[in-house]
Amino acid sequence: ELPAPLLDDSHGKELGDGAAAVKSEDFQDSMKIAWRYQNLPKMEVSPTTHTKFGHYYDISKKMSPELCQSVKLHSFYLHEELPFEPTMKTWNMNSGYARLLQSIQRIISQEGFDGSDPQKKQRNVLRIGIQSLGSILWGDDVCCSDAPEDPQSLTKFLYVLRGLLRKSLSACIITVPAHLIQNKAIMERVTNLSDMVVGLESFIGSERETNPLYKDYHGLVHVHQIPRLNSLICDVSDTKDLAFRLKRKQFTIERLHLPPDLSDTVSRASKQDLAGSAKLLSSGCGAMAIGKKHLDF
Amino acid sequence: QGKFTLLRDTRTDGSFLVHHFLSFYLRAGCKVCFVALLQSFSHYSIVAQKLGVSLAAAKERGQLVFLEGLKSCLDLLFGKEEQPGQPSPLQFLSTSDLRALFDFVRVSLSATDGDSWKGPVLLVDDLSVLLSLGAAPVAVLDFIHYCRVCVCCQLKGNVVVLVHSNEGSEDEENELVVNSLCHHSDLILWAEGLATGFCKDVHGQIKIIKRLSLRQAAEPDLVQIYQYKIQDRNVSFFARGLSAAVL
Repeated sequence: ELPAPLLDDSHGKELGDGAAAVKSEDFQDSMKIAWRYQNLPKMEVSPTTHTKFGHYYDISKKMSPELCQSVKLHSFYLHEELPFEPTMKTWNMNSGYARLLQSIQRIISQEGFDGSDPQKKQRNVLRIGIQSLGSILWGDDVCCSDAPEDPQSLTKFLYVLRGLLRKSLSACIITVPAHLIQNKAIMERVTNLSDMVVGLESFIGSERETNPLYKDYHGLVHVHQIPRLNSLICDVSDTKDLAFRLKRKQFTIERLHLPPDLSDTVSRASKQDLAGSAKLLSSGCGAMAIGKKHLDF
Repeated sequence: QGKFTLLRDTRTDGSFLVHHFLSFYLRAGCKVCFVALLQSFSHYSIVAQKLGVSLAAAKERGQLVFLEGLKSCLDLLFGKEEQPGQPSPLQFLSTSDLRALFDFVRVSLSATDGDSWKGPVLLVDDLSVLLSLGAAPVAVLDFIHYCRVCVCCQLKGNVVVLVHSNEGSEDEENELVVNSLCHHSDLILWAEGLATGFCKDVHGQIKIIKRLSLRQAAEPDLVQIYQYKIQDRNVSFFARGLSAAVL
């Protein structure tokens, strides 16, 4: 049930036309009053307006079976797996996670992603996707109970997975239903054990759905953590306020910016609302709610 | 000599302090036992090279004993049967018992014949991970206590440990460990992200707390606060509000 990739160039062309239209406006009348801003680049709302970056999918169509079959695909469905063989050592971990780890380790060593077999020269990276980790589907009650039976299984799993990834040519993306995990301590530990942490917050069902500030978007993107690997520094972007929009052919992530306040009859109350939201927005990575008391425009 | 230094970070990544101490002690000629739980050897090695130290060479000449936690846990869980009498230092993944880890530290830093290194050093990155891996907070504190007795008192060496902490954190076990360690530290280096959020020129502030009250009652602790900016090959420190971007 994967969405069909857009392989033709028609979509690329659409973007190209849009970009060309924007560029021609630049050469029109030079600014008379705001002349200091003449040479500043136009605010780039979406980083992909001028370049084609990443992959594009049409969510209304399914991926063709020929495409799926042409790629080597391994899947893991917990309930179809054989029962866990403990061997001689005790893992002291939820058996669902233990089985998944064994399966991943087996694929890595059999397909040569760990460089163990000099015959198998791997040119490709093993890409692993794990859905809804921590949910009841994996036999873990961390999402449904405030005092889970074995809260350390999830973090142990992540640690061993980290070891497997570091020692092989592989990358892994995991989704976690964080809104279901009531024990916030676990989410803090999960974050510390991850290289990159991105949160998606949907507006559906929240008060933000009707906030005029967010009317063009479907939700916010929070970048909680970025990797700091092999270096003292990390690549932090200037933009902290990101929102996402899901259209039929595109999932875009854009910089969130306040629309210009053009009305002169805006009442005081709503002006404060917007300003309050703006303060929350600009407080930067990881300091979302605290920013309110420190920013004083 | 015989000092316990606590590295602490809040709202930011304090690992730059770990890299600093690692290269500092190696350059000073000390024998270092590095319990690296969170990152691979090559990560530390590449950063150490930028700071002018070769970890591989230090390992070769016996100056550095490096425990690569991620690799050891794979050996423990996927490897062949371990030899009896030589338990893996990462044993606690299965048994929640940190004794094997302590034995590893003790054996690594005990003086052997022909050793001419100045003072042993234990460096841990990072202690908060132990809680995520099945160790109880009291067990972690006991482990640190044993390490202090062995390294600081018996071997007259130093111990440097990194922990994470967060404001309003709901991780009570971690807060317990951090607060307890703070009380028993000689020196605390606390890296904090700026309260106003991310800034390109000032990456955070560092609080240096010299716990004079630990050795002499009624002596107040000495607290100094600086701001810092991390660059590719070093970290620059400056007085608050006086970053180069502002002057």
